[in-house]
Amino acid sequence: MLDRLSSKLENIFKKLRGRGVLSENDIDAALKEVRLALLEADVHFKVVKDFLAAVRQKAVGQEVRESLTPGQQVVKIVWEELRRLMGEDLSGGKPLHLSANPPTVVMLVGLQGSGKTTTAAKLAHRFKQEGRRVLFAAADPRRPAAVDQLVALGRQIGVETQTLPADDAVGVCREAVARARDRHDDLVILDTAGRLHVDEPLMAELKRIKAEVSPHEVLLVADAMTGQDAVQMAERFHREIGLTGIVLTKLDGDARGGAVLSVRAVTGVPVKFIGVGEKPEALEPFHPDRMASRILGMGDVLSLIERAEEVFSKEQAEATAQKWQTAGFSFEDFRDQLRKMRKMGSMESLIGMLPGAGRLMQNVPARGLPDQELTRIEAIINSMTGQERTRPDLIDGSRRKRIARGSGTTVQEVNRLLKQFLQIRKLMKTLSRSQGRSGLANLLKSL
Amino acid sequence: MLRRIKGALSKTRQRWRQGLGSLIHGKKAIDADLLEHLEEILLSADLGVHTAQRLLSGLRDRLDRHERADPSRLNAFLKTELLTFLKKNESPLEVSGPVPFVVMMVGVNGVGKTTTIGKLALKFSKEGRSVILVAGDTFRAAAIEQLDIWGQRVGCPVIKHQSGSDPSAVIFDGLSAAKARGTEVVIVDTAGRMHTKFNLMEELKKMKRVMDKALPGSPHETLLVLDATTGQNAVSQAKQFHEAIGVTGVVLTKLDGTARGGVVVAIAEELGIPVKLVGVGEGLEDIEVFSAEDFVEGLFGD
Ligand SMILES: Nc1nc2c(ncn2[C@@H]2O[C@H](COP(=O)(O)OP(=O)(O)OP(=O)(O)O)[C@@H](O)[C@H]2O)c(=O)[nH]1
Ligand SMILES: [Mg+2]
Repeated sequence: MLDRLSSKLENIFKKLRGRGVLSENDIDAALKEVRLALLEADVHFKVVKDFLAAVRQKAVGQEVRESLTPGQQVVKIVWEELRRLMGEDLSGGKPLHLSANPPTVVMLVGLQGSGKTTTAAKLAHRFKQEGRRVLFAAADPRRPAAVDQLVALGRQIGVETQTLPADDAVGVCREAVARARDRHDDLVILDTAGRLHVDEPLMAELKRIKAEVSPHEVLLVADAMTGQDAVQMAERFHREIGLTGIVLTKLDGDARGGAVLSVRAVTGVPVKFIGVGEKPEALEPFHPDRMASRILGMGDVLSLIERAEEVFSKEQAEATAQKWQTAGFSFEDFRDQLRKMRKMGSMESLIGMLPGAGRLMQNVPARGLPDQELTRIEAIINSMTGQERTRPDLIDGSRRKRIARGSGTTVQEVNRLLKQFLQIRKLMKTLSRSQGRSGLANLLKSL
Repeated sequence: MLRRIKGALSKTRQRWRQGLGSLIHGKKAIDADLLEHLEEILLSADLGVHTAQRLLSGLRDRLDRHERADPSRLNAFLKTELLTFLKKNESPLEVSGPVPFVVMMVGVNGVGKTTTIGKLALKFSKEGRSVILVAGDTFRAAAIEQLDIWGQRVGCPVIKHQSGSDPSAVIFDGLSAAKARGTEVVIVDTAGRMHTKFNLMEELKKMKRVMDKALPGSPHETLLVLDATTGQNAVSQAKQFHEAIGVTGVVLTKLDGTARGGVVVAIAEELGIPVKLVGVGEGLEDIEVFSAEDFVEGLFGD
């Protein structure tokens, strides 16, 4: 795990070990590093200042505990303070409150390109999965093809879109809510046009929409990559229209997401969801503690490790690695990994978290393997005999035909899988040669 | 650059001037307080803590005590430094030489690639050049329709395939069509992608290979579109895109807001990638040639 900040702090406090109390000088040296980390993460400089003052007050004079090094102790204070600022953990409960008197109206607002339309689809997908009926309102008549985009996404996930009256954002929202009430829908999601927070006519339009349909939730959709401007932007949106929540998007990249802290600090509005990809499934509840680690530069490794640990224990990984090395990698192993992977969640989101592991997926189509394809691959492996699974070289033309028939796939698909399998096996060999067993174990854990 | 961007930056300029003015007024030398305040001004423009500290240590090391007591010297020093950084590899977007001249647009999601293509198409058309647009974003819902609308508004053909098809295929067709028709400029849209996604960056490399095959030596410009609202992550974006396909210039969009896009200073300085164009609105005309002087002037005032 790359944990630069902790190791820097360890360095600062090396001399301190056993001295008993965290002194002002030591703390100040440490906080300089914390400051750098926060600024690099795009936390607003004023927020950083206040934050450091709070940490300083907590840390100075603290007794150094037996169990922790002074460096660890400061990291802990910093982390806890960050965690506190990040707000409540809503991930266990229901982040959105559904109205007792449906439809619940959810209004999405934000800057251009922040991800509102995609977020509309993600929210709808989530509620559809809970068995709720959703309607979209396409309230962006300005950007070319914005309406088409929402309609197309709606079609993909089975949600209808209110598009009329064209060129009238307020009217579309009003009609959508009326239609949803008639149809007894549970939710209406209003996808408004992106706008600058300083654009007065357009901010006035948002106010009119709000007055017209009284939304239950007004969610600010904000890009995790936003810099220092996040404060002004969020403050303005909150002041002008009143926000009930924040959706932080594009966290599948490597942005540290300091903007979230700035936005929280100026609005006090809770972060409800995070976006981690382009597909409708790529929406997750917000975990304040993970976000705190991420901002400090500990990456999302924490959640990845957590998820990997659920599936692979360390010993298991070592054992498998050893087996692969001595007995070779077989289709049994392949199927095993496949199943584990499916248990862990979408491959794309996993690979996004682990940049290095991407190399393993060279043969995967650009936008990731759909679950459907995984099912087909598993069906092909299931149709092999035990012997074939350990000795794929036995699988000749007639066996390929049999396997294809048995799995309801085509010979081409079987061929492709065999080819990919041989490539992976070759890769395993190179890896085990170059990095030894621990390398393989790591690879396994990262798969 | 233009009045418009100057107008947008004037608030910033005022802030700078107030900041600098009130800081320097009555001070005899650069004390820690002054440095801290200066740093905050630089940080608030998203210059990033490293660039900010570099500029400030330059101030400390390279100006003598007299100079440091003189506000106009301070101001001039920071300006000159910033200009040096920004002009390191300065080269304007120039369509000349090869016909067709191929421009490829890349960037993360939602930064303004497609809109910038519309603006560029109009700019080239007005210069009397023939233009073809290629709908290389076959992934995002209605991305093709979006480009199509810009094509209609500008009045130039859009080469497109079905949504969901291989982007390299439509790019190959687009370049072949341009070659056959003798079109002067081809602008290729691509789907927004996170710079951290291995497969998507591989896809981009493939598109570039296909272009070179269809039209050896193309693309002639690979423009990375960056959103001025973006903070320090833009450096990572520039690094990854540059490493994957070689970026020849940056387009900095959304400068009409309150964000100032200071991160491009680090990108120009560390990676040597110049800013070529800026976006200052959503309309077809809202594009300007980047001028380092105006950009820095906009930050500092006078
Ligand atoms: N205010 C402002 N908005 C802009 C500017 N450039 C683009 N936009 C807006 O930003 C939003 C996204 O622009 P697009 O051109 O669709 O961005 P893109 O990079 O093609 O997006 P994807 O293809 O979805 O990745 C749209 O609402 C544009 O109108 C600009 O310079 N200023
Ligand atoms: Mg686009």
